[in-house]
Amino acid sequence: MNQTPLHECYASIPGARIVDFAGWRLPLHFDLGILAEHHAVRSAAGLFDVSHMGRIRVRGPHAAAYVDWLATNTLPAADSGRCRYSLLCAEDGWCIDDIVICRLGEESLDLVVNAANRARVLEWFAGPNHWTRSGRPLPEMEDVTLRTAQIALQGPASLEVLAARCDADLAGLGNYQFLPGIRVAGIPALVSRTGYTGEDGFELFVDAPDAPALWRALLEAGAPLGLVPCGLGARDTLRFEAGMPLYGQELDPGINPLEAGLGRFVDLDKGEFSGRRALEAVARDGAARKRIGLEMIDAAVARTGFAVRQGGADVGRVTSGGKCPTVGIFGAMALVRRDASAESEFAVDVRGQWKRARARALPFYRRTARQAPMAATDSTPGKGQRP
Amino acid sequence: MYPADYVYSKDHEWILVEGDIGTIGITEYAQHELGDVVFAELPKVGDTFEAGDSFGSVESVKAVSEIFCPVAGEVVEVNPLLAEKPELINESPHREAWMIKIRITRPEELRGLLSAEEYAEYLQEQSA
Repeated sequence: MNQTPLHECYASIPGARIVDFAGWRLPLHFDLGILAEHHAVRSAAGLFDVSHMGRIRVRGPHAAAYVDWLATNTLPAADSGRCRYSLLCAEDGWCIDDIVICRLGEESLDLVVNAANRARVLEWFAGPNHWTRSGRPLPEMEDVTLRTAQIALQGPASLEVLAARCDADLAGLGNYQFLPGIRVAGIPALVSRTGYTGEDGFELFVDAPDAPALWRALLEAGAPLGLVPCGLGARDTLRFEAGMPLYGQELDPGINPLEAGLGRFVDLDKGEFSGRRALEAVARDGAARKRIGLEMIDAAVARTGFAVRQGGADVGRVTSGGKCPTVGIFGAMALVRRDASAESEFAVDVRGQWKRARARALPFYRRTARQAPMAATDSTPGKGQRP
Repeated sequence: MYPADYVYSKDHEWILVEGDIGTIGITEYAQHELGDVVFAELPKVGDTFEAGDSFGSVESVKAVSEIFCPVAGEVVEVNPLLAEKPELINESPHREAWMIKIRITRPEELRGLLSAEEYAEYLQEQSA
């Protein structure tokens, strides 16, 4: 079982509940509990250890061309200072992972992949695949997960918390832009305006030995502003309420990005990429399934895997569900047949009882005040941000 | 922590017996294990259960947990507060968040349950 470099910090926080997640010992929640942590992120700020995420550096000749072949989305321009969300698909179009690509330079890209998929992604990158079979050379690829750390600072007070410990112009950093080589609390860091909560926020990438000092400095700076440490539980409720996909639920090796509703992160106008032919066919014929939001009419909690019916016929299954703490409804995301009608009632099989639900537009929650300025030069709408 | 006038089940329910009426809820330990409760599904007045039957479920943010009837009985009252305020189960599991009251069918079944002291010991054994 892996521990992140921040593991030593959890012990000093009362009520830390540590669980095993994707091979890592991580906090599920701290003393406040999942719901209070959720509300803190919506109203003030939360600090998350996300060092379990896989971090892969791709460098040298062919780095950009290779990542471009792996990714369904267009790469950010070399000098853009941008990150971009993308899917990785196998050649048959099924989804291997969803990732964030940070373009540091012409042939220099940092990728953030899911912890549970890290080994599989590294194996896929190493080939053999169509790229290597056609005789093209691989760039240098290094898995730096274990010697680096990743901290997410999320919520409307994030900028103020960070500005208290950093001189760089973070207010001018657009959504999905990053600043490399800056110092936060004296610690060298790459900071991106990214996250997985539906709020404004930042992610900080640092060397592993520096992580505990950074964690403590941010908690100290943020405490007067309402910053609290948060665990995986709130990370899940926040992303769920914001309609963001979780690999293993909304995405898996049997779901393609178009039916998952992530078509705007698949650029069929760019050149060749893995899965392109299969996804073109899906785009031409229409996806067989679609991801929808549901709001429970009958009080019940729809959980992952529960069957969904409409008019007595099975139409699909719940991929994620639960209380939307901020919106105050019981919701679910479901993968259903494309002919399922948003106008008609659905029913969810909650342990043998059919509970009524209606379609509801995703995301359940959308923040109102946009804290981060939209990046002025991004001419490709939707390409920069997470779904 | 655990009221001395209640008896407890190994499934982490408590029951307070007054005459032939038993008031039932889940224990402090159970609510802590569940985490933030968002919904409780409870039976209707008139429903009957045997000892060990599931009479409802408690949904926390992360998981669902069934709740079991420690002794046989007929439901005579259901706590009306829990539909609107399921978080009472976290805040006051032994008092405000009682779940149901039953008319106990076979009082002798109570003898199979644990005293507060025995329940506390049982929890220690479980965590050891």
